[in-house]
Amino acid sequence: MEKEKILEEVKAKFGEKIKDVISQFGAESIIIEKDALHEIVSFLKNKSFSFTMLLDLTCVDWKGDEERFEMVYHLFSLSHNLRLRIKARLHERDPHILSLTPFWKNANWLEREVYDMFGIYFDGHPDLRRLFMYDGFEGHPLRKDYPLRKRQPRIPMRK
Amino acid sequence: MLLNMGPSHPAMHGTIRVMVEVDGERILNSEVEVGYLHRGFEKICENRTYFNLLPYTDRLNYVSPLINNLAYVMTMEKMLGLEVPERAQLIRVIMSELSRISDHLTCLAAMAMECGAFTVFLYKIKAREFIWDVIEQTTGARMTTSYIRIGGVRADLHPDYENGLKTAIVETRKVLKDVHGLLDKNKIFLNRTRNIAVVSPEMAINYGWTGPCLRSTGVYYDVRKAHPYSMYDRFDFEVPLGERGDNFDRYMVRMKEMEQSLRIIEQVLRILPSSSSQSLMAEGIEPAEAIKASRKKRVDKHIRLSPNLDGSEKERLKNILAPKHTPPPKEDTYTTIEGLIRHFKFFMREHGIRPPKGEIYFSVEGGNGELGFYIVSNGTDKPYRIHLRAPCFHVVSAMEEMIKGHYIADIIPTFGSLNMIGGELDR
Amino acid sequence: MGEMRQKMEGRFITTKFNYILGWARKFSLFHYPYVTACCGMEYMSAACAHFDLDRFGAGWTRFSPRQSDMLLVVGTITQKLAPVLKTVYEQMTEPKWVVAFGACAVSGGIYDNYAVVQGIDSIIPVDVYIPGCPPRPETVLNALIKLQEKIQNQEQEWRWKKRKF
Repeated sequence: MEKEKILEEVKAKFGEKIKDVISQFGAESIIIEKDALHEIVSFLKNKSFSFTMLLDLTCVDWKGDEERFEMVYHLFSLSHNLRLRIKARLHERDPHILSLTPFWKNANWLEREVYDMFGIYFDGHPDLRRLFMYDGFEGHPLRKDYPLRKRQPRIPMRK
Repeated sequence: MLLNMGPSHPAMHGTIRVMVEVDGERILNSEVEVGYLHRGFEKICENRTYFNLLPYTDRLNYVSPLINNLAYVMTMEKMLGLEVPERAQLIRVIMSELSRISDHLTCLAAMAMECGAFTVFLYKIKAREFIWDVIEQTTGARMTTSYIRIGGVRADLHPDYENGLKTAIVETRKVLKDVHGLLDKNKIFLNRTRNIAVVSPEMAINYGWTGPCLRSTGVYYDVRKAHPYSMYDRFDFEVPLGERGDNFDRYMVRMKEMEQSLRIIEQVLRILPSSSSQSLMAEGIEPAEAIKASRKKRVDKHIRLSPNLDGSEKERLKNILAPKHTPPPKEDTYTTIEGLIRHFKFFMREHGIRPPKGEIYFSVEGGNGELGFYIVSNGTDKPYRIHLRAPCFHVVSAMEEMIKGHYIADIIPTFGSLNMIGGELDR
Repeated sequence: MGEMRQKMEGRFITTKFNYILGWARKFSLFHYPYVTACCGMEYMSAACAHFDLDRFGAGWTRFSPRQSDMLLVVGTITQKLAPVLKTVYEQMTEPKWVVAFGACAVSGGIYDNYAVVQGIDSIIPVDVYIPGCPPRPETVLNALIKLQEKIQNQEQEWRWKKRKF
């Protein structure tokens, strides 16, 4: 199945929830409303499209914009050998989005990492804790307003 | 009873903490804690230019460093629309396959040592030394090389590379044969690895596994075959598949992949044209004289460059670097004004490589699976956001489910066969 | 306690005994490789057959802090890992020596950010620093010889020595 066919079918079914479809550098991205995430993902995961693998899940911090955080999902279809990117924007005052753990199990750790680095809450995640930084770390490091060289030692340093 | 296998432990893979709840020796529940090597790669790259952050990419998957370089550089080239010369692509294939062999050798050496087979560890590290000697001859460093640059490679192959490479291939084949004889039918090794931590294909795909771990469950997916890059579609190699998805299959898939990598290197050696010129020009004028002479008239003679700048001469540069978005050959820099301006514009802050606004995702077959880079650029010379799709992140996230119901002693070969690399997992 | 090692002063027998004890200690170092990152690969190379650590007496790695007397801190130490390193150091018994292996252990390396400890001498006292990213195995052997010289020349502690308080 060609990529254009898939995009047309998705646009036809979820017309009003899709904001934009961009094609750049040979890859397609769909920009959606954040509430429609589960519907679109389950539609793409079903048998005929079979986007069975979640390659990656990450976030970009556009500081200065009103809709500050942008969640980016990369889906992959093994049988058709196609990649697709889904993007959703979140407000700074309301960084909540539905969790993808019911669909894929690796979303568990990926979402924990995004929570640790950016501070985005995933509704429905079974165990949202910090992954990389230690318990008791204050702040979310990958946000643009966190300084790079801020030292937060865990034990007191000598000298 | 709760048992803590702490972050500092003898398994030489990296720092990871496994807390297990045991009943006697059987594991009931476990929890894996990562992040002990989080070095802030993504944040630090937002403060460096595209050219400057190349050494940081070396240190991600440190057992196969040239493949990380390759992944980042190919992402940038796709974004800039660069076309890399053919010789550079072939050199990249050689280096990438050598790194892959070194990765598998290290992983299996550590796994075997933890199961008690210390001889296998020593043999494999010996073979790895030969490979690193070849890499050092060309690139100058054994491990973290920063050799593959945007637009090509940094320097041409050493004139004497063929002997070193042939020795490395022969020695690696010998070691592989020895290890096959030592471990394949060894009852102790089989008891420790057969039918332990079995993973079904559906579970593997659900967890987002790629690479040798996915292929050991029977799913045929290799980025080199599915989305061929850098001339891999010209070479004839197989992709070994496993059947059951247990520890022994992961070990076997890696052993067979090493043999296929050696096959690819031999094919490249047949295609690669011989090196055109010597490494140093024996005759020629000194650079200081050339600079003085160039003030009056454009200099036409050869310039004798120092050994540090080997590979930047005009003759060989066109074979190994694309003409745009790369530093110019050194003769031009020293003697012509256009070369100097190009050099200046490449290295100065605020100038340099400035890709168009947008984002891109590109992936490469790393030692562990699909190594992908997701780069967002906003038009300046520093990336706005870089994200690494680490293959062993997804593999290790399945570990909690994999070791449930097994003994404590089974954690060690399982963990070893997953090939967790701390630099890649924690970025 | 073990930071200021003064020049030996004493009689003939005590100096000779000191010399013999130093000789014995320097040629039978049991090291505990606290391996975290890329330098671990060069450590493996240095410890294996090509560049041998065993011919200097430091062959056997003791995978337990209580049984070793040299702590080799190999690789980057992050803020999350710092208390673990301190615990391991405190678990080791006297006499003990610490070697900082690689640029990241010496001074934080190329990572100057929120997550990395800028040099392990902010946590534990260090005897020998090995620069390099990663250091060549020959550098490691050179550092081991320097450590052996240091052990030979320092004042050894033994049980029945009369100490002046």
